[in-house]
Amino acid sequence: MDAVTENLPVFIDGFLRTLSLLGIAGPGAFVIGTIVAAMRISPVAAFRSISTVYTELVRNTPLTLLLFGCAFVLPYLGVRLDFYVLAVIGLTVYTSPFVAEAIRSGVNGVALGQAEAARSLGLGFGQTLRFIVLPQAIRMVIPPLINVFIALTKNTSVAGGFFVIELFAAARTVIQFRGDAVIAILLGVAFFYLIVTIPLGIIAGRIEKKVAVLR
Amino acid sequence: MSDSVLFDVPGPRAKRLSRIISIVAIVLVAAGLAWLITSLAAPRTTAAGAVQVGMFDASRWDIFLDVQVWRALGRGTLATLQMAGLGAVLALIIGILFSFGRTARSRWIRLPSTVVLEFLRGMPVLLMMLFVLLVFASGPYWAGVSALALYNGAIIGEILRAGIKSLPKGQGEAGLAIGLTPVATRMMIEFPQAFRQMLPIIIAQLVVLLKDTALAYIVSYPELLRVGVNNLSNFYGNRYFFSLFFVVLAIYLLLNLTLSFVARLVARRTGRKVVTDLKIPRRGIFAGTGTTP
Repeated sequence: MDAVTENLPVFIDGFLRTLSLLGIAGPGAFVIGTIVAAMRISPVAAFRSISTVYTELVRNTPLTLLLFGCAFVLPYLGVRLDFYVLAVIGLTVYTSPFVAEAIRSGVNGVALGQAEAARSLGLGFGQTLRFIVLPQAIRMVIPPLINVFIALTKNTSVAGGFFVIELFAAARTVIQFRGDAVIAILLGVAFFYLIVTIPLGIIAGRIEKKVAVLR
Repeated sequence: MSDSVLFDVPGPRAKRLSRIISIVAIVLVAAGLAWLITSLAAPRTTAAGAVQVGMFDASRWDIFLDVQVWRALGRGTLATLQMAGLGAVLALIIGILFSFGRTARSRWIRLPSTVVLEFLRGMPVLLMMLFVLLVFASGPYWAGVSALALYNGAIIGEILRAGIKSLPKGQGEAGLAIGLTPVATRMMIEFPQAFRQMLPIIIAQLVVLLKDTALAYIVSYPELLRVGVNNLSNFYGNRYFFSLFFVVLAIYLLLNLTLSFVARLVARRTGRKVVTDLKIPRRGIFAGTGTTP
């Protein structure tokens, strides 16, 4: 246990790094994901196919490979950036198709009759989306979206394998000179992850239940 | 929901506009790709002033004529598939156990399994791998397999539980009514139906498992990425680094896309009723718009 308390500053630093990865890559992925989702349901055929190809390719690439590409291949090709920035880019790109799919499934989940009713009342495209479809879709999108961000929190640990000193990498460095307390150190690190992921999960569950009652 | 409900059937002007936007978008994407390819193919000067050949020069790709390279890539792929295969089998077993534990009638089984499941779900797989590797000194293969099995087992357990919960109540009641024990009811009546119903989602989770085997790279398991990029570029020279990465990425995509395709196929077969119910009227009404996916 003393291995954890002695090195608490290291863990806190790592935890803040993890949070900052989450705080930058999360909104970044949300923005890109929203654009991709909008393209995916747009009436323009080319947008739909471009976003489908993007989603399929990125979703089927392992995160390790993507971050490996960011950390080794991009510098090899002459990109000069900090490993932290490269990791943020990798995590953002990796998370964006999952955000897009969550949003799209939410919009798809709104019953067809809702939009039909709105249209038959004479509402236009913008009005239908603004007053009828989006208010319902957003509510349904939030739980899967939170799950995406929970996954992102856990995925930031992969960046620790590629020269970003976040929580996972902090655990590794501490273990190097406190090999006798491996279990305590790893459980301590697990605790830091859990204080982010479990509350988020509980919030997602709550909202999901609320939405289920409403529908 | 069909997007074509959201707006009127496009007239000639809207169609023309949509076509113009399409062409512009395709041109932009093509221009971006062309720029990427030409800048990759261009010779580059290092900081020291030496000129290197472009990324598509033959001298960067000639190792792929060597059978040994493909053998090594095959070994890496096999190592990846071995980890994924065993991990998947164990994950299914653990998932079944979790689904029973979470739906058990006794609180003494239900509560502990809920706590363990939440713990496993909230932890990064990589951290679990490191834990097993260091605490049990198991070697990277077993570290990877057990972490993947535990994590995905927890997820599959939740999927199966949702499947059991979504069954009509009468199924379980009927089982009990004909004199089956609660355990037999679960095993013979509820579970097979839940498994069938949730099969597409389970296969999708197995795709995640296959993807996550790449995490074992970080705990230095000699899987496809390590064998294909690190080892081979050390052996044949750094100038093959990009080509090897490219090929390894292609192999991964091929594996994952194939499995994803199977998942979609299974989803279409098991969920046929639901899908056709939704699709047929849409096709009928909006056949002319071309906006139905």
